[in-house]
Amino acid sequence: MFETAVVIETVVKAVIVVAVVAGMAGFATFIERKVLAFMQRRLGPMHVGPYGLLQLAADGIKLFTKEDIVPQNAVKPIFMIAPVIAAVTAFVAMAAVPYFPEFTLFGYTIHPIISDINVALLYVMGVASVGIYGPLLAGMSSSNKWSLLGAARAVVQMLSFEVVSGLSVLAPIMMIGSLSLIDINDYQNGGVISWLVWKQPLAFILFAIAGFMETNRAPFDTIEFEAEVVAGYATEYSGMRWGLFFIGEYANMITISVLVSIIFMGGYNPIWFIPGAVAMLLKVSLWIFLFLWVRAAWPHIRPDQLMWVCWKVLMPLAVVNILITGFVLI
Amino acid sequence: MFEIIAFYIFAALTIGMFGIVVMSRNALYSMSALAGGMIFISGFFFILDAEFLGVVQIVVYSGAIMALYAFGMMFFDTTRDVSEKMRSKKIAYTLSVISAILVVTILCAPLVSENIQASYPSIDNVGNVQMIGLILFTKYLVPFELAAIMLLVAMISGIVLASKRMDEYLTIEDDELEDAKEGK
Repeated sequence: MFETAVVIETVVKAVIVVAVVAGMAGFATFIERKVLAFMQRRLGPMHVGPYGLLQLAADGIKLFTKEDIVPQNAVKPIFMIAPVIAAVTAFVAMAAVPYFPEFTLFGYTIHPIISDINVALLYVMGVASVGIYGPLLAGMSSSNKWSLLGAARAVVQMLSFEVVSGLSVLAPIMMIGSLSLIDINDYQNGGVISWLVWKQPLAFILFAIAGFMETNRAPFDTIEFEAEVVAGYATEYSGMRWGLFFIGEYANMITISVLVSIIFMGGYNPIWFIPGAVAMLLKVSLWIFLFLWVRAAWPHIRPDQLMWVCWKVLMPLAVVNILITGFVLI
Repeated sequence: MFEIIAFYIFAALTIGMFGIVVMSRNALYSMSALAGGMIFISGFFFILDAEFLGVVQIVVYSGAIMALYAFGMMFFDTTRDVSEKMRSKKIAYTLSVISAILVVTILCAPLVSENIQASYPSIDNVGNVQMIGLILFTKYLVPFELAAIMLLVAMISGIVLASKRMDEYLTIEDDELEDAKEGK
């Protein structure tokens, strides 16, 4: 009986996470347009609803009702499954992420995490990196040269940022001695001073940069950069399949924001008078805003520059950081 | 109960995926099925409570197969079928059946004789990662270090093989490079 209860609870939590995050991902597209408009002294979407708020619904209806086109020479099954991979991996990665401190509802303690596995950090990063299979398969199956170029760039980018994100997060793990995100959060429960950002500033910056690469955000969005490769891997896509890629991208952004907040910025520990859940929401919103801000502020970089910066600058820095941490710990 | 259901689902999916890897003539199908199969295998590790190994399975194989895709992209048109040259179907089938039977026998022999014992039984209250660390740095220290040295050798030789003009940007044309070398 107990087993069944656990399964039901897990399913309910999973449905809630998928629904809420998909909604947030949709809303993030609206926020992105508004923030970019604000930074470029425009108004952004204004016509549909108050302050253009219903633009979201309009875009949704448009995407759902568009014709689903599969090119004649494409490899059909793989072309059709690629966007699903991109979206699903983004949501599967969230299974091990704790969002809020545990709370009691109707006398029943709820842990806001779907599955508390003790290698959560590694799991989230591993599954999120599988997400790059979406763009890769899309590009390779479209039989379009721009798509293929996008896929090639996806491989290059994935092989480059994986090393940086893995190595940079190793130093904080060495200090904490656990891969569980809950342990990492509890390690920083002594107020703002105990945040890992102060002890591992280099790892923080490296992990943030790797996060931008992992989510294909500007300035590292080489795989879909319009001026060089049309729309990259998404050139042949339309309608809801195209939309799925972008739900995946925004869901990944949320995951990375949550990860950075938990590992480096104190997680869901309460700050002074702010309760933990609100602190977490504030941190995640700050990171989403930072993603948009960077997009408005920085120009794109070329793929070879991306490889150069990953392998020749960031990776040696990460290794040096691990060495120093090791010596300090010993 | 749920574990058994999960096991059979993952078993069927894994066998199906690897079946596609072997049978398909399209390189893209094969590689994608290989990636899928490797990820489904990690499901078995999760069922057995070996989360660390499961995650390592995902991380390692998704990266490795990504490199395979890169080769596929360079050498084939992956949207077309590859025509295979098979001189003698009989020999191929006989050899594959014999090797399959051999592998199954080897793996099942200890099961039949019920002669399996864990030489390092799992310790209670110790995490997955810690247990693997304990084994790696006590019992298997020498093989572990040897593997590390082998990997280092492979990495250095890889860098030496690929390192021509590594200090220049890849987008610079050849004649520009010559000019730069001559100091123009």
